[in-house]
Amino acid sequence: MNNKPNKTQKNPWKCGKCGGELTLGMIRASYLGNEFEVEELKCLKCGFVLITEDLALGKMFEVEQSLENK
Amino acid sequence: MEQDELKRQEDKCIQENPPACTAGCPIHLDARKLMLDIQKQDLKSALATMQKKQPFPGIIGRICDHPCENVCKRKDVGTTIAISDLERYCVQNQTTTVKKMKVPPKSQTVAVVGSGLRGLTVAYDLAKKGYKVSLFEKADRLGGNLWNYSEHQLPPEVIVEELSVLNRLDIQIKLNTAITQQDLAKLQEEFNVVYLGLADQSNDVVELLGEHSSVDLVTCATQTPGLFRGSLVGNESPIKSVADGRKAAVSIDRYLLGVSLTGSRESEEPYETKLYVKTKGIAPLPVVPMNDESAGYTTEEALQEAGRCLNCQCLECVKGCVFMQEYGSYPKSYVRQIYNNDAIVMGLRQGNKMINSCSLCGQCAAICPQGLDLGETCKATRESMVSKGKMPPSAFDFALRDMAFNNSEEFALTRHQPGYNSSKYVFFPGCQLSASSPEQVEKVYAYLMEKLDGGVGLMLRCCGAPADWAGDQELFQNSLKVLVAEWESLGKPKLIVACSTCHSMFREKFPELVSLWELMADLDLPVQDPNVSGGKVAVQDACTTRHEPVIQDAVRHILARLGYEIEELPYSKEETKCCGFGGLTSFANPELAKKIVEDRISESATDYVAYCAMCRDNFAAKGKRTFHLLDLIFGTNLEEAAIRPRVGFSYRHENRAKLRRKLLHSLWKEAPQEKEGAFRTINLLLNEKVLEVMEDRRILIEDIQQVIELAERTGQKFVNPDTGHNLAHFRPFKVTFWVEYQSQEQGFVVLNVYSHRMEILEDGHE
Repeated sequence: MNNKPNKTQKNPWKCGKCGGELTLGMIRASYLGNEFEVEELKCLKCGFVLITEDLALGKMFEVEQSLENK
Repeated sequence: MEQDELKRQEDKCIQENPPACTAGCPIHLDARKLMLDIQKQDLKSALATMQKKQPFPGIIGRICDHPCENVCKRKDVGTTIAISDLERYCVQNQTTTVKKMKVPPKSQTVAVVGSGLRGLTVAYDLAKKGYKVSLFEKADRLGGNLWNYSEHQLPPEVIVEELSVLNRLDIQIKLNTAITQQDLAKLQEEFNVVYLGLADQSNDVVELLGEHSSVDLVTCATQTPGLFRGSLVGNESPIKSVADGRKAAVSIDRYLLGVSLTGSRESEEPYETKLYVKTKGIAPLPVVPMNDESAGYTTEEALQEAGRCLNCQCLECVKGCVFMQEYGSYPKSYVRQIYNNDAIVMGLRQGNKMINSCSLCGQCAAICPQGLDLGETCKATRESMVSKGKMPPSAFDFALRDMAFNNSEEFALTRHQPGYNSSKYVFFPGCQLSASSPEQVEKVYAYLMEKLDGGVGLMLRCCGAPADWAGDQELFQNSLKVLVAEWESLGKPKLIVACSTCHSMFREKFPELVSLWELMADLDLPVQDPNVSGGKVAVQDACTTRHEPVIQDAVRHILARLGYEIEELPYSKEETKCCGFGGLTSFANPELAKKIVEDRISESATDYVAYCAMCRDNFAAKGKRTFHLLDLIFGTNLEEAAIRPRVGFSYRHENRAKLRRKLLHSLWKEAPQEKEGAFRTINLLLNEKVLEVMEDRRILIEDIQQVIELAERTGQKFVNPDTGHNLAHFRPFKVTFWVEYQSQEQGFVVLNVYSHRMEILEDGHE
């Protein structure tokens, strides 16, 4: 599960608070008592993490479903 | 579900019982499969099917006296299938192939005396099991009575060829060997078992065994250990002789293995199957005649004749239910899957989605000859999942939030009729009618106040069905408690419900309960515009009225009074189909719910009339012209009513809230306070496409308003400098909503919305 923009598709989003670029970094996520670390785009200064539509409806949804059925 | 309950449920499903032909065959040949083999023109498979039960298909296939044909279900609609002639067709056109024996040889020995069909069958069956078999025949050739058939019916070369299998099975054949009493004693010493292939009560038996000639009719065992013989009188029925031999072979095998001869042998004899086969509606067809009787069926004729086979199945519930069809099986296997899913300790619960997809509508139980209710099992399992904390939260979360909204101050309301201090009645329109057609709720309430004396109170709230369906009994009971308290505060008036689901939830709890339709059937109806009444409508009975014929009849009575001609759908009244909302199917499995709707609306080209708001909306959303009964009763602009689109989730909330405010204002002269929350002032600009995405992803206007309000107030958002788009999120409960939007002078243009349930734990993020 990660948010790495592929090489041809540049990430168009910048932090709305500080205007800074988003960079890949490890973040913690949790669902139904399960915690995991994944690499996602975020604003290192403000801490906002970008979850794109593809990620939310793709990989993230799959992980949610399998945890729900555990 | 406990294991014994699983067994009880499994046993109710009769689909796996054999067809009548198989059950009625003394050796239980699978004639249903044989017919399919012939239909597929796969004679190799047909022979294999025969060989599975018949020791010498080339012989039996030509001489069988076919008791199966007496019980074939085809005779209810035409004439019985010519199974015997088709077997003959098979063996005339395909030779038997014998597979190499795979069982390891055993050391035990069996002597078989007599090579009629009994003796041949015992020798064949036991040799195949690996026993060392010796076959004694007094004549100079094997086969006994088989040689008495005409050469045409059973050619001698076929007898020789078919019996050559005995050599391949390494059976020691002793011809010209008559067995006397003295010889028998010797055989008993030499062999572990002796079988006398003689008919019961025949002279030979009496001669050989004298006073010790009695036999056990179930096991073919004589009083002498290790000595078995035929238990059937006479040789008139070849297939019964084979069965008699087979029975003895089973006993001998058990005897040599040292296990019970008598245990579980009930289904060896021909029996009446429990398999239910509905023949109503099947076109009768006579037997396909043979062009040349003496040659038998040609391939073309055989294909046609086998094609008449009904391929007997029950599957009555599956035929009527898209959910059952979706998972490709039938209840016997479903209850097993559900049990396993519930019992699992480690690993993935693959059955969760299936269990949560059933409409719990009870159609299967109404159709099943044994009354098996898969919905009951699904519901009990949902309750078990909830109690163990194993219910997937995403399944019903949205529906339960909707229920919470309906029981909140946004919608819930309890009042006496304006100007009254007590209520003889209380009208309970339900949350879905209030969301789909709030104006109908107003009209009905005004009508009831006009027609009924003694005061008609009003209660707006949810009946609790979503909690009940989601398996959350605690939530359901708590919701019911509040509802009862509200009802008691009105002085326990008689409840009038417009929604059949509410009716089904209240049936047990409120003795004085009446459906709006029952009541209206006996009251003067509103004056009709003479130009709009009439025509034909097909009635969609709500699945929650399945066992309420009074309501179903009342609806038809009202339609008749309004001048409509009524068409009954193939599945109606007690057997009606759910629209995909029942049991919260459309929340747990939206794709399946769509199929359910498409199936139901394809049943008739006539305009439908529903008396459940969800049925109406679901059908209309898929383009089926569907009226709500209230449209016809209050009859204004029916053309528009039939195609009125479904009200989406966001506007359902809004309609309910507006209805409450409007009624409070117009009837009770109260000015309800506007709901607080800065986000409510956020003006959204939504196009059709975004509204559709919101509907699919179950994201409401108020969710989007909250995201944008927070983002604009705090600056917590992402921006795209090239397009000027914003992307922001908010997690008001266990769901994070993301909105891509653009700020404009008139408001915020919503470009996209999505959500996830996983929580990001980063500081500053949520």
